[in-house]
Amino acid sequence: MIWIDNISKSYGERLALDSVSIQVDENEIFGLIGPDGAGKTSLFRILCSLIVPDSGKARIGNLDVVKDYRKIRKIIGYMPGRFSLYQDLTVEENLEFFATIFGTSIKENYDLIRDIYIHIEPFKNRKAGELSGGMKQKLALSCALIHRPEVLILDEPTTGVDAVSRKEFWEMLSRIREEGITIMVSTPYMDEAQLCDRVAFLQNGKLLTINTPEGIIQAYPKDILSIQSDNLYGVLMDVRNYPLVHSSLLFGHEVHYTEKGKSINQYQLKEYLKRKGHANVEMNLMKPGIEDSFLELMKE
Amino acid sequence: MRTIFYIIQKEFIQVIRNRVMLPMMIIMPIFQMLVLLYAATLEMKHIELFVVDNDHTEASRTLVSKFEGSSFYMLSGYSASIKEAEKQMKNDKTDIILNISKGFGESLSRGEGTDIQLLINAINGTKAGLINAYSLNVISQFVGEYAKNKGTIVEQSSSAGLDIRYRYWFNPELNFKHFMLPGLLVILVTVMGMALSAISFVKEKELGTIEQINVTPIRKYQFLAGKLLPFWIIALFELAFGLTIGRIFFDIPIRGSLFLLFGFSSVYLLTVMGIGLFFSTITRTQQQIMLLFFFFNIVFILMSGIFTPVESMPQWAQTANILNPLAYFMRVIRMIMLKGSGLQDILKELISLSVYAILILSLAVWRYRKTS
Repeated sequence: MIWIDNISKSYGERLALDSVSIQVDENEIFGLIGPDGAGKTSLFRILCSLIVPDSGKARIGNLDVVKDYRKIRKIIGYMPGRFSLYQDLTVEENLEFFATIFGTSIKENYDLIRDIYIHIEPFKNRKAGELSGGMKQKLALSCALIHRPEVLILDEPTTGVDAVSRKEFWEMLSRIREEGITIMVSTPYMDEAQLCDRVAFLQNGKLLTINTPEGIIQAYPKDILSIQSDNLYGVLMDVRNYPLVHSSLLFGHEVHYTEKGKSINQYQLKEYLKRKGHANVEMNLMKPGIEDSFLELMKE
Repeated sequence: MRTIFYIIQKEFIQVIRNRVMLPMMIIMPIFQMLVLLYAATLEMKHIELFVVDNDHTEASRTLVSKFEGSSFYMLSGYSASIKEAEKQMKNDKTDIILNISKGFGESLSRGEGTDIQLLINAINGTKAGLINAYSLNVISQFVGEYAKNKGTIVEQSSSAGLDIRYRYWFNPELNFKHFMLPGLLVILVTVMGMALSAISFVKEKELGTIEQINVTPIRKYQFLAGKLLPFWIIALFELAFGLTIGRIFFDIPIRGSLFLLFGFSSVYLLTVMGIGLFFSTITRTQQQIMLLFFFFNIVFILMSGIFTPVESMPQWAQTANILNPLAYFMRVIRMIMLKGSGLQDILKELISLSVYAILILSLAVWRYRKTS
C-alpha cells in the first residue's frame, strides 16, 4: 500500500533521513519506532506531501507523493504530533469543518468514527482547547478519519497521553484496521511496538531494522541474563567494569546483562561479583524483550 | 465555492468567539472617531498671550483688548519688562509675546509707520505658524478699525487699501474635523482589513492548525479567499459604522456617491489585505507580522497625506507613494466626501489600485506554499 524507496531529506547540514526504504502492506498497522529526532516526523510529512524529499520516491497506492499530491491529500488522514485542530471551535464544529472541506458529512461516515467519537460526544459543545489530552487526541483521530481515508498516518499519537488512554487508543487503532484502513503510526515508546503488525526502527535518519515484533525479538543475537540484587546499583557499576561485559542495562529492579560472546559464563560472573562483595545475587537466563532488541540495535 | 463558504463560516465563528477582536471592532471606530477627532485637532484655542506694553496709550490698550476679545487667546501675563516675558516663555508658560514699544500710539496717530514685535514659541512649528496667522489677522483688524475711527490714513503693511475676502471651498468653515474624519476612516479600515486577515493566517501557522489544513484538498486560492472575504466584509462594515458616527456626531458631509465610496473602498481593501496576506506568507509568528505592520503602517500613514498635503512632499516621496495604497485612498475619500467627485475624477486611482490588488494578491497566492 505504501512504498518508500530510498528517501533522503536534509535540513541544511543535518541529514534527517538517510536512504530510507519501507514497504507497508495493505491493511496493516505499521509502527515507526525511534527516539526523538530520529526522522519519524520528516518521513510522515513527506508521505503527506507536506515536504518534498531531496531524493528517492514514495507512493501511496499508485499515487506519487510529489506528483499526485492533490490526489494523495484526498485518500490520507493525517494526525500531526502537535494538536492541530481549532482550539476556539467546539468539538462538533471542528469535526463538521473537516468533514465539509472533504466534501462529506459527519452523518455519512459516522459508523467509522462512532467508537471513538462516542467518548467525546457528551462534550460536543465544548471548545476543543478546553478538552483534556486524551479527549483532544480522540477528536483529532475522529477528524483525521471523517473522510474515510485509505491510509491513516499518525505522528506520535500517544505522546503525552496517560497509560489508560494509550491502551484505549491502541484498541481503537485495531478496530479502525478492521474497517480496511492501512495505518502507519510512529511512537517513541518501545513497548508500543508490540501492538503493531510490523515495525521499523529508525535512528538518526537511518533505518536499523524492519520486522514483525516477534521477528525482532527472535533476531536478538545473544543470551541475556537478568540479575537481581539488594544492592542493584552497586552490581551495575561493578558489572560494567567486568572484562567480558557487552551490555548491562537497568530495567526496573533488574539488570539485563550480555557478554561479548553469544553465551554467558554464569559461574565466572558470580565469582567476580562475590569478589566485589556481592554475595546475594540472583541470576536467571531470560527471553529478550523488544526493548532489549532495540537497545541492542542502537548500540550497534 | 462551497469550500470557500465553509472556511468563511469558520472564520466568522472564530471572530465572534475572540474576546479581543469583537469588542475591538466595535470600540475602535467609536474611539477613533469620537476621542481622536476631538483630541487631535489643529484648531487653536487657549493661546497663552503675554503682553509687554511700554506704551500705555489708548491705542496700545485697544490692541490688547482686541486680542483679549478673541476667543483664541488667553492673557497669561502683563508686564512692562521684556525680560519678564522672556522668562515666562522659557518656562513654557506662554505661547506668544506681544511687545509694544514706547511711542506706538503716538506714531499711529501721526500716521507714521510703527513696529510691533511678536515673539512666538515655535517648538511646534505648525502651531507657531497658526498663531502667527491668527495674530496678524487680529492686528490687521485693529489697524483697519483704528484708521477708520481716527480718520487717519495708515500705511498697512501689504494690503494697503485692499480688502481681501476669502472663501474656502469644499470646507467653508475650515472645519478641521471634516478634513480629519475621512483620514481616520482610512486608517480604521486599513488596520481592520490588513491586520485582521493576515494575523488570523499567521495564527494558523503559529498554532499548527495550518498543518491539518495543508493535508486537505483545499486549494491555495480557496484558503486565501476564505481568509480574505470575512475581514473584507468586516472592514466594509467598519467603514459604514465610522461614516454613521461621523454623520451623527460631526455632521460630516458626504457630497459624492456612497455607492462610489464603497466601491472604491472594496478595491482598496483588496489591495491592503493582499499586502497583509503576502506578509503573512513570509512570516511565522504573530509577533513578526505585528512588527512588519508597525513599520509599514507608520510609513504608509505618515506619507499618505493625512496631516500634510502630499503635493508639498519632496519628489522622491511622491514617487514612493505610488506603492502606498493609503495615499490613493486618502486622496479619493476626501475627494468623494468633501468635494463630491464622481467616477471620472477618481478613475485613475481606481485603475491603479485595481492593478495593485491583482498583483499583490497573485504574489500572495504564489508565495503561499502548502508544501515546503
